[in-house]
Amino acid sequence: MTITRRQLLILLPAAAIAWDSILAGTPEESPNYKMTDHWWGMLIDVTKCIGCGTCVQACKAENLVPDGYYRTWVERYRIAEWDTEMPQVDSPDGALHGFPATTQEGGKNFFVPKLCNHCADSPCTQVCPVGATFVSPDGVVLVDQKYCLGCRYCIQACPYGCRFLNPETDTASKCTLCYHRITKGLTTACCETCPTGARQLVDFKNPNDPIHKFLETHSVQVLKPYMATKAKVYYFGLDGSVR
Amino acid sequence: MANLKDAGHLFRMAAVFAVGIVLFLVLRGIFVPKTFGQYGHYRAAAIADVAAKPVVFAGHQACEACHTDVHEMKSKGVHARVACESCHGPLAKHADDPTALQPPHIDVAVLCVRCHEANIAKPKTFPQVVSADHSGGVVCDTCHKPHSPKIDTGVGQ
Amino acid sequence: MHGIPVEGFMYPNEIELQWSVLIVLYPFLTGLVAGAFILASLERVFRVDAVKPTYRLALLTALAFMLVAPLPLQLHLGHPERSLEMYLTPHTSSAMAMFGFVYLWYLMAVLVLEIWLDYRRDIVVRSQATTGWTRWIYKVLTLGSTDISERSLAIDQKAGWIITIIGIPSAFLLHGYVGFIFGSVKANPWWSSPLMPVVFIFSAMVSGIAAVMLIYMFMCKARGTQIDMRCVDTVAKYLFYAFLVDFTLEVLDLIHRIYESDESFRSLDFMVHTRLYFPHIVIQILLGTLTPILLLAATQVLPLKEARRKLIYGFAGCLTLIGIFAMRWNVVIGGQLFSKSFLGYTTYKMGFVAREGLLMAIALTILPFFILWGLMELLPPWEETHALDLSPVVTAHGDD
Repeated sequence: MTITRRQLLILLPAAAIAWDSILAGTPEESPNYKMTDHWWGMLIDVTKCIGCGTCVQACKAENLVPDGYYRTWVERYRIAEWDTEMPQVDSPDGALHGFPATTQEGGKNFFVPKLCNHCADSPCTQVCPVGATFVSPDGVVLVDQKYCLGCRYCIQACPYGCRFLNPETDTASKCTLCYHRITKGLTTACCETCPTGARQLVDFKNPNDPIHKFLETHSVQVLKPYMATKAKVYYFGLDGSVR
Repeated sequence: MANLKDAGHLFRMAAVFAVGIVLFLVLRGIFVPKTFGQYGHYRAAAIADVAAKPVVFAGHQACEACHTDVHEMKSKGVHARVACESCHGPLAKHADDPTALQPPHIDVAVLCVRCHEANIAKPKTFPQVVSADHSGGVVCDTCHKPHSPKIDTGVGQ
Repeated sequence: MHGIPVEGFMYPNEIELQWSVLIVLYPFLTGLVAGAFILASLERVFRVDAVKPTYRLALLTALAFMLVAPLPLQLHLGHPERSLEMYLTPHTSSAMAMFGFVYLWYLMAVLVLEIWLDYRRDIVVRSQATTGWTRWIYKVLTLGSTDISERSLAIDQKAGWIITIIGIPSAFLLHGYVGFIFGSVKANPWWSSPLMPVVFIFSAMVSGIAAVMLIYMFMCKARGTQIDMRCVDTVAKYLFYAFLVDFTLEVLDLIHRIYESDESFRSLDFMVHTRLYFPHIVIQILLGTLTPILLLAATQVLPLKEARRKLIYGFAGCLTLIGIFAMRWNVVIGGQLFSKSFLGYTTYKMGFVAREGLLMAIALTILPFFILWGLMELLPPWEETHALDLSPVVTAHGDD
């Protein structure tokens, strides 16, 4: 690449200033971030997912997720013929390294990325005996790593299997919607690196967020709607066979 | 009068319970974190704890601030919407201090197939090939420029 | 991943089981507590005199198990040093948090109080009559009061009666709550059921009554005294009744599941026929429920000799305890063996010497018996010692 020294002299300080404001520590310190102005969720377009697993790798790098545990993962579905009640599903190592090629022909095949649904009426926060997990005022379900006992009740109560016990901290852990990023104006690691735009961060309280238009013009679903958890991860193009 | 005297032991037991309750209240005062209950039944300072975690991916805007020519080439090609760090990996440290950390070299043979290896579950419209048959063993970037990979557009050689 | 064999598909985070054999042990131990107490209350409140020989023994058994029951929980927690948080900032929507208070209430306000009131006379007598270090234990237990006049003892009786009245619903609450901890988890169809608290209560009663019956028979043998057959026959009768209710409830749950055949049924059915076949069908149902019920029914219906009955009670009692433990196993472990996607199954890899392993579970099961032995030495529950009136002792309010 060709950048003149003059350009660099202007660009570097500008980038540094921009970077500093991004790195500002807490939501309280972060300029312009007020929790009550936001209500976070995610939109996943199943028709765009290519099962590359970049999101899983990015999440692992961003959040130091231990091996064998997953804050997000991708499932591959294969529905042979018409039996939607018994799909074949796999998720090798959570799709950290993508999927091996399938040799089978025919049937309906697709990928489904999964993560914590940041339920507004979450059953996991309901059962926590001490208040170590909670829904933040801006709609993100978080775990207090200094307060969690490691009783694992929340892991049992999550209908989606998105929680795990972190063996390094002996506390419950899960997707935080990259809270440390979204409160600084960045998007989540998974949404940032998804090459096809299948995953998009959504702020329901932002009137300019494209989600509002999208919801008006597309049919969307949440996982396990009968659980009535008020899940905030919406799926477009979700097949009925998805568990 | 007689009754109360005969129940003296019950009062002593009640005193034991009272001491226990007082002890409990004292412990509560000492050990319950100060910010607990501010927004709900949790330690409000935990929100700040989570938000203070270090950022590992810089985000494409940070890259574009410096690498304007690459950005210009990429935005005209089919990889326009692919974020820089999808391929180059997490580079917040590099954006923070470009000379301190050079982005690691990419193994093109491994990287491209992650997305573009043919798989029956990928959307039909997504460009995918069976890499073994596609290039005859030649590595991808011999013909395709990653920042603008489509060959017949005339942009980027 | 994790080296755990998986059949079919499990959500990646589901493969490793969260709650181990220690969490199976916990409801088993608290169930014995609740059941033993209900047996004790039969005498106190319902005036079933026949079971009086087991009254004090039942209370001590309940206490011994109640002191040990929190240990498996502490060993399971990722941060046991933070466990006080459950009492300091309990989340009122969490059954687990509120259960901490139910447990504390039951331990202190019911069990400890009732034992203290019933034994108080003996405690005062022994605080003056014994020598050595146990004298100090008794002295502390008297709380400084040496009043064992007729009137004060009458007050104790009254107070004890009231506490037992409160204690019966408390015992139901104690184990009903444990059932609710599982039964209220909508994410898990093996657990989620309004029947769960009721099933837990009745299986607790079954296990507690069986345990006290066995301990009583064993201690009589060990001390060389006659087993009071009128007592044991009555205890066995109540065990039989409780068993009938427990079995009815479990059959009801089963029939309901089979009939409604909801989305989870196929997966659960497969699990019960494969991974859970031995613990559920063979151990819990055949050996642990049907066999003891038939054996006890035989003693109720047929005129059997005393020796024969003793043998049957002993055998049925042991099978009962094994069966109720299996029931806890099938609920806790079974509930984690299948995927919430209903497409797969995992395996429970129980460690042996690990913190949450089999050896620990065995040790924690044996520990209450040592504590019970200590309690029986300190506060003998046997009839003969009631007559041990070490007079002349202080009957006024003077202190020693």
